[in-house]
Amino acid sequence: MIEVKNLTRYYGDKMAIRDVSFTVQKGEVLGLLGPNGAGKTTTMRILTCYMPPTSGEARVAGYDIWEQPLEVKKRLGYLPENPPLYNDLRVSEYLEFVARIKEVPSNKLKSAISSAVEKAGLTEVYRQVIGSLSKGFKQRVGLAQALLNEPEVLILDEPTVGLDPRQIIEIRELIKSLGGEHTIILSTHILPEVEMTCGRVVIINKGEVVAEDTPEGLTRRLKGTERLVIEMDGDGEVAEKVLQKFPEITAIQKEAQKNGHIRYTIEVTSDIRRDLARAIVDNGLGLYELRTESYSLEEIFLDLTTKEEVA
Amino acid sequence: MKKTLAVYQKELKHFFYSPIAYIVIAAFAIITGVFFYLYLSSFVEAAFMDMIRSQQFRTPPQKFNINLQLIRPYFWNLALISLFVLPLVTMRLYSEEKRSGTVELLYTTPLTTTNIVLGKFFAGLTFYVVMLLPTMFYQALLFIYGNPEFWPVFSGYLGLILLGSAFIGGGLFISSLTENQIIAAIGGFGLALLLWVIGWAANFSGPGLAAVLNYLSVINHFEDFAQGVIDSQHVIFYLLLTTFGIYLTYRSVESIKWRA
Repeated sequence: MIEVKNLTRYYGDKMAIRDVSFTVQKGEVLGLLGPNGAGKTTTMRILTCYMPPTSGEARVAGYDIWEQPLEVKKRLGYLPENPPLYNDLRVSEYLEFVARIKEVPSNKLKSAISSAVEKAGLTEVYRQVIGSLSKGFKQRVGLAQALLNEPEVLILDEPTVGLDPRQIIEIRELIKSLGGEHTIILSTHILPEVEMTCGRVVIINKGEVVAEDTPEGLTRRLKGTERLVIEMDGDGEVAEKVLQKFPEITAIQKEAQKNGHIRYTIEVTSDIRRDLARAIVDNGLGLYELRTESYSLEEIFLDLTTKEEVA
Repeated sequence: MKKTLAVYQKELKHFFYSPIAYIVIAAFAIITGVFFYLYLSSFVEAAFMDMIRSQQFRTPPQKFNINLQLIRPYFWNLALISLFVLPLVTMRLYSEEKRSGTVELLYTTPLTTTNIVLGKFFAGLTFYVVMLLPTMFYQALLFIYGNPEFWPVFSGYLGLILLGSAFIGGGLFISSLTENQIIAAIGGFGLALLLWVIGWAANFSGPGLAAVLNYLSVINHFEDFAQGVIDSQHVIFYLLLTTFGIYLTYRSVESIKWRA
Protein backbone atom coordinates (compact mmCIF):
# COMPACT_ATOMS: atom_id res chain seq x y z
CA MET A 1 0.00 0.00 0.00
CA ILE A 2 2.85 2.34 0.82
CA GLU A 3 6.30 1.92 -0.64
CA VAL A 4 9.08 4.25 0.31
CA LYS A 5 12.40 3.99 -1.46
CA ASN A 6 15.57 5.85 -0.53
CA LEU A 7 13.81 9.07 0.41
CA THR A 8 16.22 11.88 1.10
CA ARG A 9 15.37 15.43 1.97
CA TYR A 10 17.60 18.40 2.62
CA TYR A 11 16.56 21.79 3.95
CA GLY A 12 19.25 23.85 2.31
CA ASP A 13 22.44 22.23 3.54
CA LYS A 14 20.80 20.55 6.46
CA MET A 15 19.94 16.88 6.03
CA ALA A 16 16.53 16.01 7.41
CA ILE A 17 16.24 12.40 6.26
CA ARG A 18 18.55 10.14 4.29
CA ASP A 19 17.78 6.94 2.42
CA VAL A 20 14.61 6.19 4.29
CA SER A 21 13.00 3.03 2.90
CA PHE A 22 10.15 0.92 4.17
CA THR A 23 6.91 -0.62 3.00
CA VAL A 24 3.52 -0.88 4.62
CA GLN A 25 1.05 -3.60 3.70
CA LYS A 26 -2.65 -2.99 3.31
CA GLY A 27 -4.39 -2.84 6.66
CA GLU A 28 -1.19 -2.63 8.63
CA VAL A 29 -0.48 -0.12 11.39
CA LEU A 30 3.10 1.07 11.16
CA GLY A 31 4.73 3.06 13.90
CA LEU A 32 7.34 5.62 13.00
CA LEU A 33 9.39 6.00 16.11
CA GLY A 34 12.17 8.40 16.89
CA PRO A 35 13.25 11.25 19.12
CA ASN A 36 12.12 14.78 18.34
CA GLY A 37 13.81 16.07 15.22
CA ALA A 38 14.59 12.60 13.86
CA GLY A 39 12.77 13.21 10.58
CA LYS A 40 9.37 11.65 11.27
CA THR A 41 7.40 14.72 10.31
CA THR A 42 9.56 15.28 7.21
CA THR A 43 8.89 11.71 6.07
CA MET A 44 5.17 12.15 6.60
CA ARG A 45 5.08 15.48 4.84
CA ILE A 46 6.71 13.91 1.82
CA LEU A 47 4.27 10.98 1.81
CA THR A 48 1.31 13.36 1.97
CA CYS A 49 2.65 15.35 -1.00
CA TYR A 50 3.02 18.42 1.20
CA MET A 51 6.58 18.82 0.01
CA PRO A 52 8.81 16.92 -2.38
CA PRO A 53 11.80 14.79 -1.49
CA THR A 54 15.25 15.90 -2.61
CA SER A 55 15.67 12.41 -4.04
CA GLY A 56 14.11 8.99 -3.77
CA GLU A 57 10.60 7.88 -4.53
CA ALA A 58 7.44 6.81 -2.81
CA ARG A 59 4.14 5.28 -3.82
CA VAL A 60 1.02 5.68 -1.73
CA ALA A 61 -2.09 3.60 -2.53
CA GLY A 62 -0.47 2.65 -5.83
CA TYR A 63 0.25 6.19 -7.03
CA ASP A 64 3.57 7.93 -7.24
CA ILE A 65 3.71 10.99 -4.97
CA TRP A 66 5.56 12.97 -7.62
CA GLU A 67 3.73 11.87 -10.76
CA GLN A 68 0.14 11.76 -9.46
CA PRO A 69 -0.08 13.74 -6.24
CA LEU A 70 -3.78 14.46 -6.75
CA GLU A 71 -4.63 10.75 -6.86
CA VAL A 72 -2.56 10.21 -3.73
CA LYS A 73 -4.28 13.06 -1.91
CA LYS A 74 -7.72 11.68 -2.78
CA ARG A 75 -6.90 8.46 -0.92
CA LEU A 76 -5.25 10.08 2.03
CA GLY A 77 -6.22 11.23 5.49
CA TYR A 78 -3.56 13.28 7.23
CA LEU A 79 -3.39 14.61 10.74
CA PRO A 80 -0.40 16.94 11.00
CA GLU A 81 1.42 17.49 14.27
CA ASN A 82 -0.56 20.66 14.93
CA PRO A 83 -4.11 19.94 13.86
CA PRO A 84 -4.86 22.29 10.95
CA LEU A 85 -7.95 23.99 12.34
CA TYR A 86 -9.70 27.29 11.73
CA ASN A 87 -10.42 28.62 15.19
CA ASP A 88 -13.20 30.93 14.03
CA LEU A 89 -15.31 28.19 12.44
CA ARG A 90 -17.69 25.81 14.17
CA VAL A 91 -16.80 22.11 14.19
CA SER A 92 -19.73 21.48 11.83
CA GLU A 93 -18.63 24.18 9.39
CA TYR A 94 -15.03 23.05 9.47
CA LEU A 95 -15.87 19.42 8.77
CA GLU A 96 -18.22 20.40 5.98
CA PHE A 97 -15.47 22.49 4.38
CA VAL A 98 -12.93 19.67 4.60
CA ALA A 99 -15.43 17.15 3.22
CA ARG A 100 -16.08 19.39 0.25
CA ILE A 101 -12.42 19.99 -0.59
CA LYS A 102 -11.86 16.25 -0.22
CA GLU A 103 -14.43 15.67 -2.95
CA VAL A 104 -16.95 13.84 -0.81
CA PRO A 105 -20.03 13.75 -3.08
CA SER A 106 -22.70 16.16 -1.86
CA ASN A 107 -25.31 13.43 -1.32
CA LYS A 108 -22.91 11.60 1.01
CA LEU A 109 -21.70 14.72 2.80
CA LYS A 110 -23.98 14.39 5.80
CA SER A 111 -23.37 10.70 6.40
CA ALA A 112 -19.60 11.09 5.97
CA ILE A 113 -19.52 13.92 8.51
CA SER A 114 -21.74 12.18 11.04
CA SER A 115 -19.72 8.97 10.85
CA ALA A 116 -16.45 10.87 11.37
CA VAL A 117 -18.00 12.83 14.24
CA GLU A 118 -19.11 9.62 15.86
CA LYS A 119 -15.77 7.86 15.42
CA ALA A 120 -13.85 10.78 16.87
CA GLY A 121 -16.37 11.32 19.70
CA LEU A 122 -17.30 14.88 18.79
CA THR A 123 -21.08 14.74 19.08
CA GLU A 124 -21.24 16.97 22.16
CA VAL A 125 -19.14 19.78 20.65
CA TYR A 126 -20.45 19.56 17.08
CA ARG A 127 -22.01 23.04 17.18
CA GLN A 128 -19.18 24.74 19.06
CA VAL A 129 -16.60 27.14 17.73
CA ILE A 130 -13.29 25.32 17.35
CA GLY A 131 -11.32 28.06 19.11
CA SER A 132 -13.27 27.43 22.32
CA LEU A 133 -12.47 23.70 22.47
CA SER A 134 -9.92 22.04 24.74
CA LYS A 135 -6.71 20.69 23.27
CA GLY A 136 -8.05 17.14 23.42
CA PHE A 137 -11.15 18.02 21.44
CA LYS A 138 -9.12 19.98 18.92
CA GLN A 139 -6.96 16.93 18.38
CA ARG A 140 -10.09 14.89 17.80
CA VAL A 141 -11.47 17.40 15.33
CA GLY A 142 -8.16 16.98 13.48
CA LEU A 143 -8.64 13.24 13.55
CA ALA A 144 -12.24 13.50 12.33
CA GLN A 145 -11.02 15.67 9.48
CA ALA A 146 -8.54 12.99 8.45
CA LEU A 147 -11.26 10.31 8.45
CA LEU A 148 -13.81 12.25 6.39
CA ASN A 149 -13.07 10.83 2.96
CA GLU A 150 -12.80 7.24 4.25
CA PRO A 151 -9.17 7.23 3.20
CA GLU A 152 -7.29 4.10 2.25
CA VAL A 153 -4.22 5.50 3.93
CA LEU A 154 -4.15 7.38 7.22
CA ILE A 155 -1.06 9.28 8.23
CA LEU A 156 -1.10 10.54 11.80
CA ASP A 157 1.68 12.70 13.16
CA GLU A 158 1.81 12.27 16.94
CA PRO A 159 -1.92 11.72 17.31
CA THR A 160 -1.97 11.54 21.13
CA VAL A 161 0.10 14.61 21.94
CA GLY A 162 -1.59 16.91 24.44
CA LEU A 163 -4.37 14.53 25.42
CA ASP A 164 -5.15 13.41 28.94
CA PRO A 165 -4.55 9.75 29.82
CA ARG A 166 -8.15 8.72 29.31
CA GLN A 167 -8.31 10.39 25.91
CA ILE A 168 -4.99 8.82 24.96
CA ILE A 169 -6.43 5.38 25.63
CA GLU A 170 -9.53 6.22 23.60
CA ILE A 171 -7.54 7.49 20.64
CA ARG A 172 -5.29 4.43 20.73
CA GLU A 173 -8.32 2.17 20.77
CA LEU A 174 -9.72 4.11 17.85
CA ILE A 175 -6.49 3.80 15.88
CA LYS A 176 -6.37 0.09 16.59
CA SER A 177 -9.91 -0.34 15.37
CA LEU A 178 -9.17 1.64 12.22
CA GLY A 179 -6.30 -0.68 11.32
CA GLY A 180 -7.36 -3.47 8.99
CA GLU A 181 -9.82 -1.24 7.21
CA HIS A 182 -7.29 1.55 6.71
CA THR A 183 -3.56 1.42 6.28
CA ILE A 184 -2.03 3.59 8.97
CA ILE A 185 1.31 5.21 9.59
CA LEU A 186 1.60 6.95 12.90
CA SER A 187 4.57 8.71 14.35
CA THR A 188 5.34 9.07 17.99
CA HIS A 189 8.14 9.39 20.45
CA ILE A 190 6.12 7.63 23.12
CA LEU A 191 7.14 3.99 23.15
CA PRO A 192 4.22 2.30 24.88
CA GLU A 193 2.03 3.78 22.20
CA VAL A 194 3.86 1.81 19.57
CA GLU A 195 3.76 -1.37 21.61
CA MET A 196 0.02 -0.99 22.04
CA THR A 197 -1.12 0.07 18.61
CA CYS A 198 1.39 -0.87 15.94
CA GLY A 199 1.96 -4.11 14.13
CA ARG A 200 5.35 -2.99 12.97
CA VAL A 201 7.86 -0.33 13.95
CA VAL A 202 10.37 1.68 11.98
CA ILE A 203 12.84 3.46 14.21
CA ILE A 204 14.32 6.63 12.79
CA ASN A 205 17.17 8.49 14.34
CA LYS A 206 18.93 11.51 12.90
CA GLY A 207 17.20 11.06 9.60
CA GLU A 208 18.04 7.43 9.04
CA VAL A 209 16.21 4.18 9.60
CA VAL A 210 18.04 2.31 12.34
CA ALA A 211 15.68 -0.64 12.79
CA GLU A 212 12.50 -2.12 11.41
CA ASP A 213 10.56 -5.02 12.90
CA THR A 214 7.54 -5.98 14.96
CA PRO A 215 7.68 -4.67 18.54
CA GLU A 216 8.24 -8.25 19.79
CA GLY A 217 10.73 -9.01 17.02
CA LEU A 218 12.77 -5.98 17.90
CA THR A 219 12.96 -7.10 21.49
CA ARG A 220 14.04 -10.58 20.47
CA ARG A 221 16.36 -9.69 17.65
CA LEU A 222 18.31 -6.91 19.21
CA LYS A 223 19.37 -8.71 22.35
CA GLY A 224 21.17 -12.05 22.29
CA THR A 225 21.11 -12.02 26.06
CA GLU A 226 18.29 -12.46 28.49
CA ARG A 227 17.78 -10.85 31.81
CA LEU A 228 16.87 -12.43 35.12
CA VAL A 229 15.58 -10.69 38.19
CA ILE A 230 16.30 -12.40 41.51
CA GLU A 231 15.11 -11.36 44.90
CA MET A 232 16.50 -13.06 47.99
CA ASP A 233 17.33 -12.46 51.60
CA GLY A 234 20.45 -13.33 53.59
CA ASP A 235 24.04 -12.35 53.36
CA GLY A 236 24.91 -10.31 50.31
CA GLU A 237 28.48 -11.58 50.11
CA VAL A 238 27.34 -15.20 50.05
CA ALA A 239 24.81 -14.34 47.37
CA GLU A 240 27.40 -12.73 45.17
CA LYS A 241 29.74 -15.69 45.54
CA VAL A 242 26.94 -17.97 44.41
CA LEU A 243 26.25 -15.83 41.39
CA GLN A 244 29.90 -15.57 40.43
CA LYS A 245 30.14 -19.34 40.17
CA PHE A 246 28.01 -19.28 37.03
CA PRO A 247 30.03 -18.57 33.87
CA GLU A 248 26.77 -17.87 31.98
CA ILE A 249 26.24 -14.67 33.94
CA THR A 250 27.74 -11.72 32.09
CA ALA A 251 26.62 -8.79 34.22
CA ILE A 252 25.30 -8.29 37.72
CA GLN A 253 23.46 -5.30 39.04
CA LYS A 254 22.55 -5.05 42.69
CA GLU A 255 19.70 -3.17 44.29
CA ALA A 256 19.03 -3.17 48.03
CA GLN A 257 15.36 -3.53 48.96
CA LYS A 258 13.78 -1.74 51.90
CA ASN A 259 12.70 -4.92 53.63
CA GLY A 260 16.27 -6.23 53.89
CA HIS A 261 16.01 -8.30 50.75
CA ILE A 262 18.49 -7.95 47.95
CA ARG A 263 17.48 -7.77 44.35
CA TYR A 264 19.81 -8.57 41.51
CA THR A 265 19.28 -7.99 37.84
CA ILE A 266 21.65 -10.21 35.91
CA GLU A 267 22.32 -10.78 32.24
CA VAL A 268 22.72 -14.38 31.19
CA THR A 269 23.58 -16.10 27.96
CA SER A 270 21.31 -19.09 28.53
CA ASP A 271 18.42 -20.00 30.78
CA ILE A 272 20.02 -21.07 34.07
CA ARG A 273 17.03 -20.52 36.32
CA ARG A 274 16.82 -24.15 37.44
CA ASP A 275 20.47 -24.42 38.55
CA LEU A 276 20.50 -20.94 39.96
CA ALA A 277 17.49 -21.59 42.17
CA ARG A 278 19.07 -24.77 43.52
CA ALA A 279 22.38 -23.01 44.21
CA ILE A 280 20.69 -20.21 46.09
CA VAL A 281 18.67 -22.50 48.28
CA ASP A 282 21.62 -24.84 48.90
CA ASN A 283 23.63 -21.93 50.22
CA GLY A 284 21.02 -21.14 52.81
CA LEU A 285 19.58 -18.05 51.16
CA GLY A 286 15.86 -17.41 50.87
CA LEU A 287 14.60 -17.11 47.31
CA TYR A 288 11.63 -14.77 46.91
CA GLU A 289 11.54 -14.13 43.24
CA LEU A 290 13.19 -15.42 40.11
CA ARG A 291 11.92 -14.36 36.73
CA THR A 292 13.09 -13.47 33.26
CA GLU A 293 12.61 -9.91 32.16
CA SER A 294 12.33 -8.88 28.54
CA TYR A 295 13.71 -5.62 27.31
CA SER A 296 11.21 -2.84 26.88
CA LEU A 297 11.13 -0.85 23.70
CA GLU A 298 12.45 2.08 25.70
CA GLU A 299 15.72 0.31 26.29
CA ILE A 300 16.03 -0.90 22.72
CA PHE A 301 15.28 2.54 21.52
CA LEU A 302 17.83 4.16 23.78
CA ASP A 303 20.33 1.50 22.86
CA LEU A 304 19.86 2.04 19.14
CA THR A 305 19.87 5.78 19.28
CA THR A 306 22.85 6.08 21.58
CA LYS A 307 24.86 3.54 19.58
CA GLU A 308 24.30 5.77 16.61
CA GLU A 309 25.83 8.67 18.47
CA VAL A 310 29.00 6.75 19.26
CA ALA A 311 29.50 5.68 15.66
CA MET B 1 -15.23 24.52 -9.47
CA LYS B 2 -17.00 22.94 -6.49
CA LYS B 3 -13.79 23.01 -4.53
CA THR B 4 -13.13 26.64 -5.48
CA LEU B 5 -16.61 27.42 -4.19
CA ALA B 6 -15.85 25.62 -0.93
CA VAL B 7 -12.70 27.69 -0.44
CA TYR B 8 -14.59 30.87 -1.39
CA GLN B 9 -17.33 30.25 1.15
CA LYS B 10 -14.83 29.37 3.84
CA GLU B 11 -12.95 32.63 3.22
CA LEU B 12 -16.16 34.64 3.40
CA LYS B 13 -16.90 33.02 6.76
CA HIS B 14 -13.45 34.06 8.01
CA PHE B 15 -14.21 37.62 6.93
CA PHE B 16 -17.61 37.90 8.48
CA TYR B 17 -16.83 35.96 11.68
CA SER B 18 -13.98 38.31 12.46
CA PRO B 19 -14.41 41.64 14.23
CA ILE B 20 -11.74 43.14 11.99
CA ALA B 21 -14.10 42.83 9.03
CA TYR B 22 -16.75 44.93 10.73
CA ILE B 23 -14.22 47.50 11.82
CA VAL B 24 -12.93 47.77 8.25
CA ILE B 25 -16.46 48.02 6.83
CA ALA B 26 -17.48 50.59 9.45
CA ALA B 27 -14.32 52.66 9.00
CA PHE B 28 -14.74 52.65 5.24
CA ALA B 29 -18.40 53.62 5.54
CA ILE B 30 -17.63 56.47 7.97
CA ILE B 31 -14.67 57.87 6.02
CA THR B 32 -16.45 57.71 2.69
CA GLY B 33 -19.57 59.10 4.35
CA VAL B 34 -17.71 62.09 5.77
CA PHE B 35 -16.13 62.76 2.42
CA PHE B 36 -19.52 62.46 0.74
CA TYR B 37 -20.96 65.00 3.16
CA LEU B 38 -18.07 67.40 2.55
CA TYR B 39 -18.28 67.10 -1.22
CA LEU B 40 -22.06 67.52 -1.12
CA SER B 41 -21.86 70.53 1.21
CA SER B 42 -19.35 72.34 -0.90
CA PHE B 43 -21.36 71.57 -4.01
CA VAL B 44 -24.56 72.88 -2.44
CA GLU B 45 -22.76 75.94 -1.09
CA ALA B 46 -21.29 76.75 -4.50
CA ALA B 47 -24.71 76.38 -6.16
CA PHE B 48 -26.37 78.49 -3.45
CA MET B 49 -23.78 81.27 -3.70
CA ASP B 50 -24.23 81.33 -7.43
CA MET B 51 -27.99 81.61 -7.04
CA ILE B 52 -27.61 84.66 -4.74
CA ARG B 53 -25.10 86.23 -7.09
CA SER B 54 -27.35 85.76 -10.10
CA GLN B 55 -30.23 87.40 -8.24
CA GLN B 56 -28.07 90.32 -7.05
CA PHE B 57 -26.55 91.09 -10.42
CA ARG B 58 -29.48 89.88 -12.45
CA THR B 59 -27.25 87.53 -14.46
CA PRO B 60 -28.37 84.09 -15.59
CA PRO B 61 -27.30 81.34 -13.13
CA GLN B 62 -24.38 79.06 -14.06
CA LYS B 63 -24.98 75.49 -15.05
CA PHE B 64 -24.10 73.16 -12.19
CA ASN B 65 -23.50 69.59 -13.20
CA ILE B 66 -23.74 67.20 -10.27
CA ASN B 67 -22.06 64.38 -12.18
CA LEU B 68 -19.07 66.48 -13.06
CA GLN B 69 -18.74 68.46 -9.85
CA LEU B 70 -19.71 65.95 -7.22
CA ILE B 71 -19.85 62.38 -8.42
CA ARG B 72 -16.64 62.40 -10.42
CA PRO B 73 -14.34 63.74 -7.68
CA TYR B 74 -16.11 61.46 -5.22
CA PHE B 75 -15.13 58.41 -7.25
CA TRP B 76 -11.52 59.56 -7.20
CA ASN B 77 -11.85 59.88 -3.49
CA LEU B 78 -13.28 56.36 -3.17
CA ALA B 79 -10.42 54.98 -5.26
CA LEU B 80 -7.87 56.60 -2.97
CA ILE B 81 -9.55 55.34 0.19
CA SER B 82 -9.69 51.86 -1.36
CA LEU B 83 -5.95 52.05 -1.84
CA PHE B 84 -5.54 52.46 1.91
CA VAL B 85 -8.16 49.95 3.02
CA LEU B 86 -7.70 47.04 0.61
CA PRO B 87 -4.34 45.92 2.05
CA LEU B 88 -6.26 45.31 5.30
CA VAL B 89 -8.64 43.05 3.39
CA THR B 90 -5.95 41.02 1.66
CA MET B 91 -3.38 40.83 4.45
CA ARG B 92 -4.78 37.77 6.17
CA LEU B 93 -6.04 35.96 3.07
CA TYR B 94 -2.98 33.79 2.73
CA SER B 95 -0.59 34.62 5.54
CA GLU B 96 -3.06 33.44 8.19
CA GLU B 97 -3.10 29.95 6.63
CA LYS B 98 0.66 29.90 6.71
CA ARG B 99 0.88 31.10 10.29
CA SER B 100 -1.70 28.70 11.70
CA GLY B 101 -0.41 25.71 9.72
CA THR B 102 -3.67 25.15 7.88
CA VAL B 103 -1.73 25.22 4.60
CA GLU B 104 -0.86 21.65 5.52
CA LEU B 105 -4.54 20.81 5.20
CA LEU B 106 -4.95 22.70 1.92
CA TYR B 107 -1.87 21.17 0.32
CA THR B 108 -2.60 17.58 1.35
CA THR B 109 -6.19 17.46 0.13
CA PRO B 110 -7.13 17.18 -3.55
CA LEU B 111 -7.35 20.97 -3.84
CA THR B 112 -5.45 22.41 -6.76
CA THR B 113 -3.48 25.62 -6.43
CA THR B 114 -6.02 27.23 -8.78
CA ASN B 115 -8.87 26.26 -6.43
CA ILE B 116 -7.12 27.86 -3.49
CA VAL B 117 -6.00 31.06 -5.19
CA LEU B 118 -9.25 31.76 -7.06
CA GLY B 119 -11.41 30.98 -4.03
CA LYS B 120 -9.42 33.44 -1.95
CA PHE B 121 -9.32 36.11 -4.64
CA PHE B 122 -13.06 36.12 -5.24
CA ALA B 123 -13.76 36.14 -1.50
CA GLY B 124 -11.59 39.26 -1.20
CA LEU B 125 -13.38 40.86 -4.13
CA THR B 126 -16.80 40.05 -2.67
CA PHE B 127 -15.78 41.64 0.59
CA TYR B 128 -14.70 44.78 -1.27
CA VAL B 129 -18.07 44.98 -3.02
CA VAL B 130 -19.80 44.70 0.38
CA MET B 131 -17.57 47.55 1.58
CA LEU B 132 -18.75 49.69 -1.32
CA LEU B 133 -22.46 49.14 -0.56
CA PRO B 134 -22.80 52.08 1.88
CA THR B 135 -21.32 54.44 -0.70
CA MET B 136 -23.96 53.26 -3.16
CA PHE B 137 -26.53 54.25 -0.56
CA TYR B 138 -25.00 57.76 -0.34
CA GLN B 139 -25.17 58.17 -4.08
CA ALA B 140 -28.71 56.84 -4.17
CA LEU B 141 -29.65 59.90 -2.09
CA LEU B 142 -28.53 62.07 -4.99
CA PHE B 143 -30.96 60.25 -7.24
CA ILE B 144 -33.77 60.76 -4.76
CA TYR B 145 -33.21 64.53 -4.30
CA GLY B 146 -31.70 65.35 -7.67
CA ASN B 147 -31.43 64.04 -11.15
CA PRO B 148 -27.87 63.00 -11.90
CA GLU B 149 -27.07 60.80 -14.87
CA PHE B 150 -27.02 57.10 -14.06
CA TRP B 151 -24.37 55.74 -16.41
CA PRO B 152 -21.39 57.69 -15.05
CA VAL B 153 -22.25 56.29 -11.62
CA PHE B 154 -22.41 52.79 -13.05
CA SER B 155 -19.11 53.14 -14.90
CA GLY B 156 -17.54 54.66 -11.80
CA TYR B 157 -18.40 51.58 -9.73
CA LEU B 158 -17.24 49.30 -12.52
CA GLY B 159 -13.93 51.17 -12.51
CA LEU B 160 -13.66 50.94 -8.72
CA ILE B 161 -14.28 47.20 -8.77
CA LEU B 162 -11.72 46.68 -11.54
CA LEU B 163 -9.18 48.82 -9.72
CA GLY B 164 -10.00 46.95 -6.51
CA SER B 165 -9.44 43.58 -8.27
CA ALA B 166 -5.98 44.69 -9.31
CA PHE B 167 -5.15 45.72 -5.73
CA ILE B 168 -6.62 42.50 -4.32
CA GLY B 169 -4.61 40.40 -6.79
CA GLY B 170 -1.42 42.19 -5.78
CA GLY B 171 -2.28 42.08 -2.10
CA LEU B 172 -3.03 38.36 -2.27
CA PHE B 173 0.37 37.79 -3.85
CA ILE B 174 2.16 39.71 -1.08
CA SER B 175 0.11 37.81 1.51
CA SER B 176 1.20 34.49 0.00
CA LEU B 177 4.84 35.41 0.57
CA THR B 178 4.74 35.85 4.31
CA GLU B 179 3.10 34.43 7.40
CA ASN B 180 3.06 37.84 9.03
CA GLN B 181 -0.13 39.83 8.47
CA ILE B 182 1.51 43.16 9.24
CA ILE B 183 4.17 42.58 6.60
CA ALA B 184 1.46 41.49 4.18
CA ALA B 185 -0.53 44.68 4.83
CA ILE B 186 2.47 47.01 4.50
CA GLY B 187 3.74 45.17 1.42
CA GLY B 188 0.30 45.24 -0.20
CA PHE B 189 -0.05 48.94 0.53
CA GLY B 190 3.43 49.66 -0.84
CA LEU B 191 2.73 47.77 -4.03
CA ALA B 192 -0.61 49.54 -4.58
CA LEU B 193 0.91 52.94 -3.86
CA LEU B 194 3.76 52.27 -6.27
CA LEU B 195 1.29 51.45 -9.04
CA TRP B 196 -0.61 54.60 -8.13
CA VAL B 197 2.29 57.05 -8.41
CA ILE B 198 4.27 55.34 -11.14
CA GLY B 199 2.73 57.62 -13.78
CA TRP B 200 4.32 60.61 -12.08
CA ALA B 201 7.78 59.20 -12.83
CA ALA B 202 6.85 59.26 -16.51
CA ASN B 203 7.24 63.07 -16.46
CA PHE B 204 10.94 62.68 -15.78
CA SER B 205 11.88 59.85 -18.10
CA GLY B 206 12.57 59.32 -21.79
CA PRO B 207 9.73 58.85 -24.27
CA GLY B 208 9.96 55.06 -24.42
CA LEU B 209 9.99 54.49 -20.67
CA ALA B 210 7.41 57.23 -20.14
CA ALA B 211 4.91 55.36 -22.30
CA VAL B 212 5.44 52.18 -20.29
CA LEU B 213 5.18 53.97 -16.94
CA ASN B 214 2.09 55.83 -18.03
CA TYR B 215 0.51 52.61 -19.13
CA LEU B 216 1.30 50.91 -15.82
CA SER B 217 -0.14 53.72 -13.75
CA VAL B 218 -3.42 52.52 -12.27
CA ILE B 219 -4.87 56.02 -12.02
CA ASN B 220 -4.45 56.93 -15.68
CA HIS B 221 -6.83 54.10 -16.49
CA PHE B 222 -9.34 55.19 -13.89
CA GLU B 223 -9.95 58.65 -15.38
CA ASP B 224 -12.37 57.46 -18.06
CA PHE B 225 -14.44 55.34 -15.67
CA ALA B 226 -14.89 58.32 -13.33
CA GLN B 227 -16.08 60.41 -16.28
CA GLY B 228 -18.62 57.85 -17.37
CA VAL B 229 -16.72 56.27 -20.25
CA ILE B 230 -16.22 52.52 -20.37
CA ASP B 231 -13.28 51.94 -22.67
CA SER B 232 -12.37 48.31 -23.32
CA GLN B 233 -8.69 49.26 -23.33
CA HIS B 234 -8.88 50.21 -19.66
CA VAL B 235 -11.03 47.22 -18.76
CA ILE B 236 -8.38 44.99 -20.35
CA PHE B 237 -5.62 46.78 -18.46
CA TYR B 238 -7.19 46.11 -15.08
CA LEU B 239 -8.06 42.53 -15.98
CA LEU B 240 -4.47 41.93 -17.10
CA LEU B 241 -3.07 43.42 -13.92
CA THR B 242 -5.45 41.31 -11.81
CA THR B 243 -4.58 38.15 -13.75
CA PHE B 244 -0.91 38.90 -13.28
CA GLY B 245 -1.35 39.24 -9.53
CA ILE B 246 -3.27 35.96 -9.39
CA TYR B 247 -0.63 34.29 -11.55
CA LEU B 248 2.18 35.47 -9.25
CA THR B 249 0.23 34.12 -6.28
CA TYR B 250 -0.15 30.82 -8.10
CA ARG B 251 3.59 30.64 -8.74
CA SER B 252 4.41 31.57 -5.18
CA VAL B 253 2.14 28.80 -3.86
CA GLU B 254 3.50 26.27 -6.34
CA SER B 255 7.09 27.18 -5.55
CA ILE B 256 6.95 25.15 -2.35
CA LYS B 257 7.20 22.13 -4.64
CA TRP B 258 10.49 23.29 -6.06
CA ARG B 259 12.25 24.26 -2.88
CA ALA B 260 13.78 20.85 -2.54
